[in-house]
Amino acid sequence: MNLWELLASLVNDHTVRTVALGTAGLGAVSGVLGAFAVLRRQSLLGDALSHAALPGVALAYMLTASKTPLVLMLGAGFTGFLAIGLFFIITRHTRIKEDASLGIVLSTFFGVGLLLLTYLQRNPDARQAGLNSFLFGQAAALLTRDLVTIAIFGGLALLVVFILWKEFKLLSFDRDFGSSLGFPMPGLDLLLTSLLVVVIVLGLQAVGVVLMSAMIVAPGAAARQWTDDLARMALLAAFFGALAGVSGALISSLGSGLSTGPVIVLCASAIVLVSLLLAPNRGLAWNAWRNWRSRSRLRGEAVLLDLYRMGAQHEDALQPHPVSALEAVSGARATQRSLQNLLARGLVQPGKNNWWALTEQGLAEAQRMEAALAADRDEQ
Amino acid sequence: MSSAQIEIQLIGLVVAAACALPGVFLVLRGMAMMSDAISHTVLLGIVLGFMVLGDLESPWLIIAAAAMGLITVSLIELLNNTKLVKQDAAIGLVFPALFSLAVILISRFARGVHLDNDAVLLGELAFAPFNRILLFGVSLPHSLVVMGVILLVNIAFIALFYKELKLATFDAGLAMALGFSPALIHYGLMALVSVTAVGAFDAVGSIMVVAFMVAPGAAAYLLTDRLDRMLLYAVLIGAAGTLGGYWMAHWLDANIAGSMSTIIGLLFVLCLLFAPRRGLLAIAARRRRQKWEFAQTMLAIHLLHHEGTAEAGVENRLEHLHDHLRWEPGFARGVVRRAREGGLISQSNGSLLLTAQGRQLAEQNLEG
Amino acid sequence: MEQSLAIQISDLTVAYQEKAVLWDIDLDVPQGILMAIVGPNGAGKTTLLKAALGLLPIAAGQVAIFGKPYKEQRGLVSYVPQRGSVDWDFPTSVLDVVMMGNYGKLGWVRRPGAAERRAAEAALDKVGMSEYAQRQISQLSGGQQQRTFLARALVQDAQIYFMDEPFQGVDATTERAIVELLKELRASGKTVLAVHHDLQTVPEYFDWVTLLNIRRIASGPVDEVFTEDNLRATYGGRVSLLSSAPRKEAA
Repeated sequence: MNLWELLASLVNDHTVRTVALGTAGLGAVSGVLGAFAVLRRQSLLGDALSHAALPGVALAYMLTASKTPLVLMLGAGFTGFLAIGLFFIITRHTRIKEDASLGIVLSTFFGVGLLLLTYLQRNPDARQAGLNSFLFGQAAALLTRDLVTIAIFGGLALLVVFILWKEFKLLSFDRDFGSSLGFPMPGLDLLLTSLLVVVIVLGLQAVGVVLMSAMIVAPGAAARQWTDDLARMALLAAFFGALAGVSGALISSLGSGLSTGPVIVLCASAIVLVSLLLAPNRGLAWNAWRNWRSRSRLRGEAVLLDLYRMGAQHEDALQPHPVSALEAVSGARATQRSLQNLLARGLVQPGKNNWWALTEQGLAEAQRMEAALAADRDEQ
Repeated sequence: MSSAQIEIQLIGLVVAAACALPGVFLVLRGMAMMSDAISHTVLLGIVLGFMVLGDLESPWLIIAAAAMGLITVSLIELLNNTKLVKQDAAIGLVFPALFSLAVILISRFARGVHLDNDAVLLGELAFAPFNRILLFGVSLPHSLVVMGVILLVNIAFIALFYKELKLATFDAGLAMALGFSPALIHYGLMALVSVTAVGAFDAVGSIMVVAFMVAPGAAAYLLTDRLDRMLLYAVLIGAAGTLGGYWMAHWLDANIAGSMSTIIGLLFVLCLLFAPRRGLLAIAARRRRQKWEFAQTMLAIHLLHHEGTAEAGVENRLEHLHDHLRWEPGFARGVVRRAREGGLISQSNGSLLLTAQGRQLAEQNLEG
Repeated sequence: MEQSLAIQISDLTVAYQEKAVLWDIDLDVPQGILMAIVGPNGAGKTTLLKAALGLLPIAAGQVAIFGKPYKEQRGLVSYVPQRGSVDWDFPTSVLDVVMMGNYGKLGWVRRPGAAERRAAEAALDKVGMSEYAQRQISQLSGGQQQRTFLARALVQDAQIYFMDEPFQGVDATTERAIVELLKELRASGKTVLAVHHDLQTVPEYFDWVTLLNIRRIASGPVDEVFTEDNLRATYGGRVSLLSSAPRKEAA
């Protein structure tokens, strides 16, 4: 199947369309909530919460014998809240630090889930419960009714974020100040964390417990690189999340028996990698280029000043000097390249035998720089 | 008990001990979530190692996987150092990516060669006795031998570098000043965690490795302040969880590793509730006791502050404690009664007066 | 003395896990003064501010703002937290942070509009930060961060300002600008309560001072209570070191 056929299947093939819509919606919602989680340093809480959903899924099935996504989600949400409660009790009242609390909650809740899951699977009916797909996700199994669930709960979560945008921003940036204004910050905190639980539970079916945390962290972390504005960051995170969701679901529909979770996570990771490298202003490549630029500018300025100071010892400030003398003074490499740059800016002119002199313009520039340096020294 | 049952429990015990030892240092150093990252990414090392070596039994596989653990740690630090993302996000970005890659590689290239994704996550301790090797003419389960060696390495490392580990954990600055490199200790410990994770996840699965490493150490941290005891308690808690978990799994006919971490989790919760000084019940009891003591001190200080001042006549009356200190009347009466019984104050026509003992208490506390 | 009290703290005890951080503090702050709160590290200076603002639970005592509990007087109070208490890498602009000063008046859900924007721009102008309005906050120097926080406080148009170490880590120019701002606030009848670290500048910048070390050592006009004896009682023997220390270098 080539790319064109793949994209065409998005429109024509009902199953592919359902899956793509579902994963796109999930990606978008988890991107927005993830943006807040990343800013609030709760990236790993997402990991713990998604693992904690497993026993909830198993319990819900055990109690109701129903495999309706909504019922399973209620169970997952329930144990998610238990996990948050345990996490807060441990970190508030004991000296065990946050990382160990997360590790305990994550692993033991998952252990309980696994225990229940395998206990259930001794029961022949449970085999068809599709509980296994909760580990790595099986987006291909998304049905229209799942889309409705995602749309309703995801939409509600986004609506709450939209309505309380100002308050959530205050919570994430300056909690104490928000409290001093009279906003109930602990309540807002609980609400925002609850929305995170909702999103995680929604995402389990497509991405799975093990990798859901990446869907929380990756879009937000990538979006942060491209913008310095919270609203734009949230929108961009939604877009990245959706992009990772759709492309992951499509790619995994090509391979036989590939779980969707890992593919979606790799797509999201690729977006993060590109963002870290290439994003303007913050990206690593961008920074390297900017450093190189400013280094070469500084070197040029140093050469210009050297030339000016050497001239100051003579009567004629515009007298040429040999490049070897310049190199001896500055001790820097790349003097020749700096001179070429200065030449291009019309600040120096070459003489014969690689001797160089200031132009009138260069002299004025050097005097201005010298004056600025002197002013800086006075300031200190 | 059949010999297979005994062997499974033995393997479990060795895994628990091998995990608990480095786990104590992870908990103390605030790096517990590194075990989560490492226990997932060593899988990529195993897959890549397998694709190169074509052999799942080769000891080189453990080296390759442990190297991947160290690469994970370095990648997280590298990402953290760019300042583009915070530390928690760095962990949350690196390990899912590497783990996803491993899972995909397994399903594409290593299907059906005893490496499958469920086994990686969940472990298959129940089958461990079937995979045997001969050692000095004795047939032993492969995992028992591997984990036994890893346990010995862990014990040796901790015994050899006990002083350095202790110093680097509690006072990195001093360690540096004394010439121990905290970075070296850090990477040594991470190497230990990686090797242990590789060996253990074969038996219990990657997520349960986290339970075996973090929960016993954290529980022991609630029980004692001494590092040597903490190591001992962590091993004991891990061992108890292993045995309890095994028999629960046997009884329920469910996954052994899941059952073991459930019991370890329960043991942690028991410690959380009942630990002698740091448990929630002990804290609550102490708070209740201290609440009265604290209130009496507060009363003494309040009286001291207003002694000899113009408003003393008003401030020092029982009925005014409600207005000034915002104490409920019943609580205020209780505090005054206790303070009087303790000889801190005396009462004359409705006014409260400090005794010499009460004054001393107030002054002592104000000195800080 | 018939002077209206901006802040009246009485018998305030604050405890953390049944260990006192502040013992039975009485503090009367008249309206229209600049008061410094000084004391050694761990003396409970920040705790005092936070407890007065209801950010920390109070074990005993009460706080009144113009005679009424803080909860009823929120609109009259502005809080400038320590500069280091927030993540300056947060994706937001200077103007946006300053606009947060409006959030209290806006109440729930309502978003800031043109009027709020104008108020924020005026406040930025007042602290000399107009040209930085659209700047991302991570690109600010320490002094500029502090000015941003002060502008946010100005937007609140409060009567009482609680400031936690407003001079911490700022450059000389910003320090002078903040002093000017404080004097302007006092001139218009506002009250400022500021945690302060530099003992040398207390007489120059403030007119009242509270010496604090878990308990209140002394409180009153600077020329009355800022004495060697009181300082020694606050800082213990270390005060000689402090008073002979050179004046803070301009950065």
